[in-house]
Amino acid sequence: MQLAKEVKYLIHKEVLLEWRSKYTINGVLLYVVSTIFTCYLSFVSLGDKLTWNALFWIIMLFASINGVSKSFLQETKGQQLYSYVLASPAAVLISKTVYNILLMLVLTTIALGFYTLVFDSFTPPDLWLYYVAVVLGSISFSTVFTMVSAIASKAGNGGMLMAILSFPIIIPVLILLIKLAKNAVDGLPWENSYDEIAMLLVVNVLMVATSLLLFPYLWRD
Amino acid sequence: MHKTWWKILGSVLVIYTAIAGLLLGVPRLPILNETIRNLYFHVPMWFAMIVLFSISVFYSVRSLSTKSEIDDMKAVESVNAGIVFGLLGLVTGAIWAKFTWGQFWSFDPKQNFAAISILLYFAYLILRNAIDEEQKRAKISAIYNIFAFPMMVVLLFVLPRLKDSLHPGNGGNPGFNSYDLDSRMRMVFYPACLGWILVGYWVYTIRFRIRTIENKQQQN
Repeated sequence: MQLAKEVKYLIHKEVLLEWRSKYTINGVLLYVVSTIFTCYLSFVSLGDKLTWNALFWIIMLFASINGVSKSFLQETKGQQLYSYVLASPAAVLISKTVYNILLMLVLTTIALGFYTLVFDSFTPPDLWLYYVAVVLGSISFSTVFTMVSAIASKAGNGGMLMAILSFPIIIPVLILLIKLAKNAVDGLPWENSYDEIAMLLVVNVLMVATSLLLFPYLWRD
Repeated sequence: MHKTWWKILGSVLVIYTAIAGLLLGVPRLPILNETIRNLYFHVPMWFAMIVLFSISVFYSVRSLSTKSEIDDMKAVESVNAGIVFGLLGLVTGAIWAKFTWGQFWSFDPKQNFAAISILLYFAYLILRNAIDEEQKRAKISAIYNIFAFPMMVVLLFVLPRLKDSLHPGNGGNPGFNSYDLDSRMRMVFYPACLGWILVGYWVYTIRFRIRTIENKQQQN
């Protein structure tokens, strides 16, 4: 498989580049930690478990916008041309998405750990279900933001456009995620959450499919 | 005549539904009372909006393959017309909600999601303003339009069903089908939908023609 080979190579390239500079992961990690700390200093304690949940997802949303939007916005025209010549557009998109999912998984896991450490007044009774929500969140944030950051980078008007374009698309996903996480916070049995999990998976498949269809048109200048 | 019959049909239907919707009999129900007539004016707005946005996606897909400026203009003008119908749908819904739910905006999922799906299309228009080069603008905005359309469908038709909503037809509340036992309301509702869709399409064609003339003037 040519595509699988290209994807594997490109992911390797992304991870290697990241490993050499460690800019994105450390930058976003510091961003998350300082945001959580700022929230801690301003809230001191979160009386309500719903606020606990909502605050976590808002922090995750902004951290992932910052982290994932780097994938296309950071690249120079020359780098984009280079990968355009070397690999098929589908391979570029899949590799970026997979790399972003990996990045977000590491990031959200650390963030969740730090968040429960700082706001230790409350821990979700069903931590595994909460972690499933976090994993699904990382995947959906990556699939949506990768495509939107590609659109924003081609429009040549970085940060603000990224936020405007991605918020209306991510809000429905975020609502589903918060609902799923709320089930975990309330300690409901897993059967009550299958609807949300299935819905999130469907939305992700839909997003990846439309991205794969549209990306070749975007990629060719 | 063969080109204008649907315009005449659309205007006749809208005039008929405006008169019949306010005068013909409706089922007498507690709480709803006469506000049930809002069905004829609120729901058709959404039908017209969905049709216009679908037209826009169709022309966005076409403009990606043909790269013609006309397809791009059709896509943006149908979004412009569709947004007006979406806003009218929100306003008519909010006024109705004031008299039945007690507040213009009661954070009902259906209201929130409808508002977000309108935001999507405002984002589309802002994206267009951000790009100067015409062909690039056509391509990138078409891609965003196609990317956003499935999300709008999820927002308007799937998510409200997962949440508790006060909106008729959602969250265990009966829709109008169950009130309309003698099909009196159907006699007005279906013509209203068809009429507003035709009028919406007419608005879009007029806007498109204005845009074409403006473009010609600029080129001369």
